[in-house]
Amino acid sequence: MRKFILQRLASIVVTLWLLATIVFMLVSVLPGDVGRKVLGPTAPKEDVAAFNAQLGTDKPLFEQYVKSMKRVFTLDFGTSYQTRSSVSDIIFPALGRSGKLAVLAFIFTIPISIFAGIYAARRKDKLADRVIVNAGLASSSIPEFVTAAVLLAVFAVELGWGKAFANPPDGTSLFGQLEYLWLPAMAMAIAYFGYIARMTRAGVITALNADYTRTATMKGMSSSQVMRRHILRNALAPTITVISVQIGYLIGAVIGVERVFNYSGLGSTMLGAVGAHDVPVLQGAVLLVGIVYMLSTLLADLLIAFLNPRVRLETTR
Amino acid sequence: MSSSADSTTTTAVAAALAVEDLEVAYTVRGIDRAVLRGVSFTVAPGETFGLVGESGCGKSTSAYAALRYLPSNGKILKGRVMVAGNDVTGMTTAELQAFRAHDASMVYQDPAQAMNPTLRVGRQIIESFTLLGQNKEQAQASALEALRKVRIADPARVMDRYPFQLSGGMQQRVVIAMALACNPKLLVLDEPTTGLDATVEAEVLDLVRVLSRESGAAVLLIAHNLGIIRALCDRVGVMYAGKIVEEGPSSEVFDNPQHPYTVGLLRSLPRHGVRKTERALTTIPGILPLIGTELPTCVFLDRCPIASDLCRTVEPPFVPVGTDGTRFTRCHHPDLIAEMKEDLPVVPISVLAPSETQPDVLELSHVSKTFRQRNLSVPALVDVELGLSEGETLGIVGESGSGKSTLAKAMLGIETVDAGGVVSMGGTAVPSPTGSRSAENKRSMQMVFQNPDSALNRSWSVRRILMRSVQKLTGIKGEEANKRVEALAAHLRLTPRHLDLKPRQLSGGLKQRVAIARAFAGDPRIVVCDEPTSALDVSVQAAILNLLADLQAEQKTSYVFITHDMGVVRYLADRIAVMYLGRIQEVGPTDDVFNGPNHPYTEALLSAIPSVDGEEKVRIRLDGEIPSPANPPSGCVFHPRCPRVLVGVCEVSEPPLREVSPGHSMRCHIPIEQLIELQHKPIVG
Repeated sequence: MRKFILQRLASIVVTLWLLATIVFMLVSVLPGDVGRKVLGPTAPKEDVAAFNAQLGTDKPLFEQYVKSMKRVFTLDFGTSYQTRSSVSDIIFPALGRSGKLAVLAFIFTIPISIFAGIYAARRKDKLADRVIVNAGLASSSIPEFVTAAVLLAVFAVELGWGKAFANPPDGTSLFGQLEYLWLPAMAMAIAYFGYIARMTRAGVITALNADYTRTATMKGMSSSQVMRRHILRNALAPTITVISVQIGYLIGAVIGVERVFNYSGLGSTMLGAVGAHDVPVLQGAVLLVGIVYMLSTLLADLLIAFLNPRVRLETTR
Repeated sequence: MSSSADSTTTTAVAAALAVEDLEVAYTVRGIDRAVLRGVSFTVAPGETFGLVGESGCGKSTSAYAALRYLPSNGKILKGRVMVAGNDVTGMTTAELQAFRAHDASMVYQDPAQAMNPTLRVGRQIIESFTLLGQNKEQAQASALEALRKVRIADPARVMDRYPFQLSGGMQQRVVIAMALACNPKLLVLDEPTTGLDATVEAEVLDLVRVLSRESGAAVLLIAHNLGIIRALCDRVGVMYAGKIVEEGPSSEVFDNPQHPYTVGLLRSLPRHGVRKTERALTTIPGILPLIGTELPTCVFLDRCPIASDLCRTVEPPFVPVGTDGTRFTRCHHPDLIAEMKEDLPVVPISVLAPSETQPDVLELSHVSKTFRQRNLSVPALVDVELGLSEGETLGIVGESGSGKSTLAKAMLGIETVDAGGVVSMGGTAVPSPTGSRSAENKRSMQMVFQNPDSALNRSWSVRRILMRSVQKLTGIKGEEANKRVEALAAHLRLTPRHLDLKPRQLSGGLKQRVAIARAFAGDPRIVVCDEPTSALDVSVQAAILNLLADLQAEQKTSYVFITHDMGVVRYLADRIAVMYLGRIQEVGPTDDVFNGPNHPYTEALLSAIPSVDGEEKVRIRLDGEIPSPANPPSGCVFHPRCPRVLVGVCEVSEPPLREVSPGHSMRCHIPIEQLIELQHKPIVG
């Protein structure tokens, strides 16, 4: 097991390096001059040149690349071109905000979608199943920012049950923040309901038809005993994979929802950094999302290995 | 007619299982389609009752209906099932659970799937006991005891493993232990040994025989292998299209069948050592009616050679045969059965004798194949020497892991053989992989696979499948190729109508015909057949074997025939090679191999096969399991399991393949005279 984890961690390092390189290359091909972008169109040429020299953005690309990689591997993300403050001070709070939102979204969506998936599987081809499957399809085919806009219009504006601006003021209690966060979290939860419910349904149906389920039933267990002791363990592996893939997504790619609710999460931070040519912030944020993504996938793999001895025993030999 | 008066040697009250006039239908696309059309039988406590018949006849449905475990679209329309005096058909969910926990158990095919792959074996067995109301400690002790009862030597260790860490035989023992946990009144076995190797199968069957006798349970056994039924069952019911058409003591039914379907079934099996040179196998014309088909009179009418006008108008009752009240048939004309036997044509097949003068069409010399696995070398083939003459069939037998399939792949060039080994065709060495062989060499050697479903492209029509093979193998294009496809199809007895169908629209037998046609598209010299009939019903198997024999007689094609079915290989093969752990342990003319003397492994293998003819045989038990090829035993690789091992010799050096009579060789240290004496068999050859 330890060997397995070490191998995975090593591959995470390699992946992060590739990721950092790709981000660097993408930013380098963006049109425009960093100093000009940061200082604005009216700044004198000399100031722009001095600024670029200070940042090192006038150096040859390769030199910039080496410097940037050095920073990446010492986990020093540098200072923002734009605000001159430490990148860490920008991206970690943003990660915290995104994380809060993602956790809330998961709390909303995971129990109910897994439950719905199991329920649908047990009533396969009956009315309840069709309703759940189609609701799931609908929910995952509507983009989350559309849902977000509708929720905002109905609940925040019309009914006043939530806030249109999701950034809670500093010092709001954790419970008080709920009032701010529940609407965007709900928008994300609705988008993921379909994926998780359908994946769970498929897993449970496969397990229900498996021979070991027949064995368990023939032992004289009730169907809920069979479900708890034999089916869920086997049926949930694909669901776990889907959820873990979505953690990374929920952290870094729900820009639409963040925009609608004017929430300064990691997604908005990245978008802003792209517009401002703020390479250190962008790089830091992307790497952070990458790390979260890979750690959540690793966690999912470990969880699956825990549930399935075959995976566990054959990868560790 | 009232079928509840049918059959039965025991009354419903005394019987452990009484199925009474059971009708079951499956709802397919909104329509109820009849699967069981009034099935009645009883099984007494301690008795073993077998159900036989081809796939789709309703035997498994009967078994599952007996335990009320029908698929969600299946329902019982009529009749009832009584187990130990309780009406299973009328039970509530809670009653059914209690019934399954305490009174009935089931063991089925594929033990690997029957256990939860994610839970330790111990937990799963313990669960069987806790469901009976035992506490954790009691259940733990009972589980260990149950494993001991199924002859597992180290139960504590087995409890601690996961199912996939056990061999197939061990897995099935564990499943049997779970099934016997509640001391059931009814034990249902659905193909319990299908998929297990012959020697393992024999062990499991022995176990079932002993344990069911000890427990006094009524046993309902479903098997397509009639040999197993005969070996295990007191009585047997022959099913066809959802009805029992014949019933009686198994030895009598198999020796003296009283229904035309039973006769057809038995005659399509290669029995009594019949060879292809003696007669063709009998097939049953036509196909089994689909479920839900209206069958107002005799269910076997359309395929029956002795059907009369009476059969077309009046449904035959289930009538006793003889006077002792144990045998029944659902036939108007049991008196004509004897004539039916006389009338059936027996077509002798003239097969060319293998040519002595020409070079072998295929020759393997010092062929070895070693796989590399995690820095471990795993020898899958070790120094194989084989020749195949024109028009000859070489049967290759051996249990799983013996290297049969690797050998086939080495011949075809799918696996590159180790340096030093040579595969030659017609006296010329051919390279591997297959891609580096000449078009001519590729055309000359083709393969027929076990499962035609996965061997044929399911989205192509039969015409397109054959067309592609014809074009690829012969280079013929256009209209000429089309003509050739049609000729090929006609030759394989496929009608022009079949050409425009897709594989899924064909029955298993027809699909295998297409697969064979594909192999024959380029007039091959050699066809490698890997278990080509093991997925087919016996009457279809007979047709395919006849076809292969016919094609061979006409085209002088040579076959390499891989199988685990000794009856089939005896019928079709001219020579047989027996493999164990990648080595040929014995090779010789079919008669010599079947008459002996034999290598001790062959001897054990032959003794393990349950025969439908009911011959008296002494079972030779093999201890332990087939060792891992990665870590073969020293000396003779068979020595740890060999019942005739010579201590001090066999574990020291590996015996060479030595000729004991012309063309008959074996790899054994025991002098041949001694083997003959040990095996009590006359010298042959």
